[in-house]
Amino acid sequence: MPELVFLWTDILVFLLVGLVTAFILYARRRPHLSRPWRMVFSSKIGVSTVIVLLFYVVIGLMDSVHYRPDANASDEKSVEMLSLLDYALSDMRLRQEKTYSAPLATHLYAKENIEQPDGSTLRDFPRLKYGGAHLDDPLNDYSRDLFKQTVIGMSIGIGIWLLLSVIIVLLLSLNNHRSFNDQLKVVVYGDPHIPWRTALWTLLVMLLLLGTLYNLSQYYHVLGTDKVGEDVFYQALKSIRTGLLIGTLTTLVMLPAAILLGIMAGYFKGWVDDLIQYTYTTLNSIPGVLLIAAAILMMQIYMSNHEAEFASLVERADMRLLFLCMILGVTSWTGLCRLLRGETLKLSELDYVQASTAFGVGHFTIILKHILPNVVHIVLITVVLDFSGLVLAEAVLSYVNIGVDPSTNSWGNMINSARLEMAREPIVWWSLAASLFFMFTLVLAANLFSDVVRDAFDPRLRSQS
Amino acid sequence: MIAYIIRRLLYAIPILLGVNIFTFTLFFVVNSPDDMARMHLGVKRVTPEAVESWKAERGYEKPLLVNAEQQGLAKLTDTIFFQKSVNLFVFNFGQSDSGRDILYDISQRMWPSLAIAIPVLLVGLLINITFALLIAFFRATYIDIWGVVLCVIMMSISGLFYIIGGQFVASKLLHLVPISGYETGVASIKFLILPVIIGVIGGIGAGTRWYRTLFLEEINKDYVRTARAKGLAEQMILFRHVFKNALIPILTGVVVILPLLFMGSLITESFFGIPGLGSYTIDAINNQDFAIVRAMVFLGSVLYIIGLILTDISYTFVDPRVRLS
Repeated sequence: MPELVFLWTDILVFLLVGLVTAFILYARRRPHLSRPWRMVFSSKIGVSTVIVLLFYVVIGLMDSVHYRPDANASDEKSVEMLSLLDYALSDMRLRQEKTYSAPLATHLYAKENIEQPDGSTLRDFPRLKYGGAHLDDPLNDYSRDLFKQTVIGMSIGIGIWLLLSVIIVLLLSLNNHRSFNDQLKVVVYGDPHIPWRTALWTLLVMLLLLGTLYNLSQYYHVLGTDKVGEDVFYQALKSIRTGLLIGTLTTLVMLPAAILLGIMAGYFKGWVDDLIQYTYTTLNSIPGVLLIAAAILMMQIYMSNHEAEFASLVERADMRLLFLCMILGVTSWTGLCRLLRGETLKLSELDYVQASTAFGVGHFTIILKHILPNVVHIVLITVVLDFSGLVLAEAVLSYVNIGVDPSTNSWGNMINSARLEMAREPIVWWSLAASLFFMFTLVLAANLFSDVVRDAFDPRLRSQS
Repeated sequence: MIAYIIRRLLYAIPILLGVNIFTFTLFFVVNSPDDMARMHLGVKRVTPEAVESWKAERGYEKPLLVNAEQQGLAKLTDTIFFQKSVNLFVFNFGQSDSGRDILYDISQRMWPSLAIAIPVLLVGLLINITFALLIAFFRATYIDIWGVVLCVIMMSISGLFYIIGGQFVASKLLHLVPISGYETGVASIKFLILPVIIGVIGGIGAGTRWYRTLFLEEINKDYVRTARAKGLAEQMILFRHVFKNALIPILTGVVVILPLLFMGSLITESFFGIPGLGSYTIDAINNQDFAIVRAMVFLGSVLYIIGLILTDISYTFVDPRVRLS
């Protein structure tokens, strides 16, 4: 009987999902928040980046549901913890080769002595255990099979896309009280409010890519294997969770402190302001990388001296990830805090706030009713803008060995181990290329999305254009 | 002016004290020196005598804050806090955990760091401003749109890719320059040119986009409209008026990071094997040499605060309307 396991980061991820849902429900009924979002979703870039990001989020969420396959196994430690994503990709996870193999290869990367049936040995590239193992004669069948599997994969993608498109158009037609055909025409010729056509195109591209890669991964190692023979595509997919976590949990962790202190400094002024300003200037003046390095080193010592407190390696790596998010949060809350302080200073001088004070409304109520709703857009812009920087920072930190735990799948760790592979002959480029590509897509989508969000929420920019 | 600078320098003292207390807490209270000694000597099978001698060699055997055994002022001075943290104020960094003089190492290693950081800054500034002016001149055309898209794409590529890719193409494929290493004197150029080029390319995306925003902000101001109404040519407006005024935020933005150039770049220096302060820090992190990390944290804070003061002063030079009081 599988037993669900909740890691600390899992709990926070679901808390985050809950918060986002709550925020959407809250913003729906408030025009000053829902109008900018409608602007975001009426721009083509906004819609297509949201879809790309959604793919990442879904994979990340699947990877955040952990379970133990067999809770009644004899000893606790031997039972591996798996996630839903592991389950969906169990083929890829379990098919471990001996060592490096190039993307879509049928043979190993290095020559070995192979024992022939007649007893003699031959020095050649051995066949892979799993990659292309269904082919009897790789030399002749290879390209035809590759073509066949690609076409099948694309067809799967198109099939799913057609299904989804019909569902979307059907839902739209029900919502807008149109006939199915009318709604289809609106979508095909371009909806003036929400660019559904762009959305469907993006969906098609993503599904084609995913379908092809998934179908090929059933028979080959699409992005090759690494030094110990693990599938690189699987690693890259597993790294998505780490990247997303660093980008979002960091902000989640720092948000309460930044909002509370920022508003307090701007609202109460006087010694409260001085104290808070002093705190963030001090923290800000410590170079970020060094602060992170110092904190992570200290945590390593703590962990190595208190090994007994962590039940398993996975939990330990998870704690380290969470701690990294926290310490990144410590270095990044100051910017938001300063922005909020400035905005609150301005807001607290406005007539309606002054009037509330004159009426004898309590400080807490004023902050909650008048200040907080008017700074939400600043928080939102900062959250979205910070995301891509944090994802990139993870790679750099892992390179310096002060990032996530070496056993955690992350793009930074992949790049770090791929560094030496570039010196090999012939070079092993696929691990590096895979991690960089996955990271690049996520960061590019996030950057473009954040631009759209900022344009929609920043009234100063809106008036200019 | 001088009174202002002195006052700002006095303001810096409580901040540096805060930094010191923070690092002291992080390095000595969260984990006791015993923990550190055990970490260095290997966690298992370590005798208490070995821990004690490790601590004594590095001066970590003293009490943390108050030494009850001493008399008078020595009660406070003969402690870890005073010896290790307060001494940083007079730039007495002491010895690293491996026994080398930190101040000497820093003074030796800052030159290679500067040899990379200064050219990257100057060349980068020149190229970014040129591109940004070009894009601003062709604003709201396809050149503008695609220029910004290109900037965003370049921003989205990890800095590690630029370094690894650049090393691969320039050193391994084309054999133009050595992959890594360093020599003193003029010979260092062949080791420095690739890191500088890569540093500049890596910064183009973010820099150009940011400067473009500054230029556009300036272009939308009233005096530009007046200049156009007078019949001034667009190039004239851009180079005479807009460029000069947009230079204020650009220059003051540069002044903030000027002192921090000493710290060098962690990633670039360690990839290219350049013995600067960046690779010094990385080595210290990897060897878990806390004395060096502590010294670098303090040095970084000092340089950051100097940067802030310089920024305020530079405002008065470039914009006479700003008065310091």
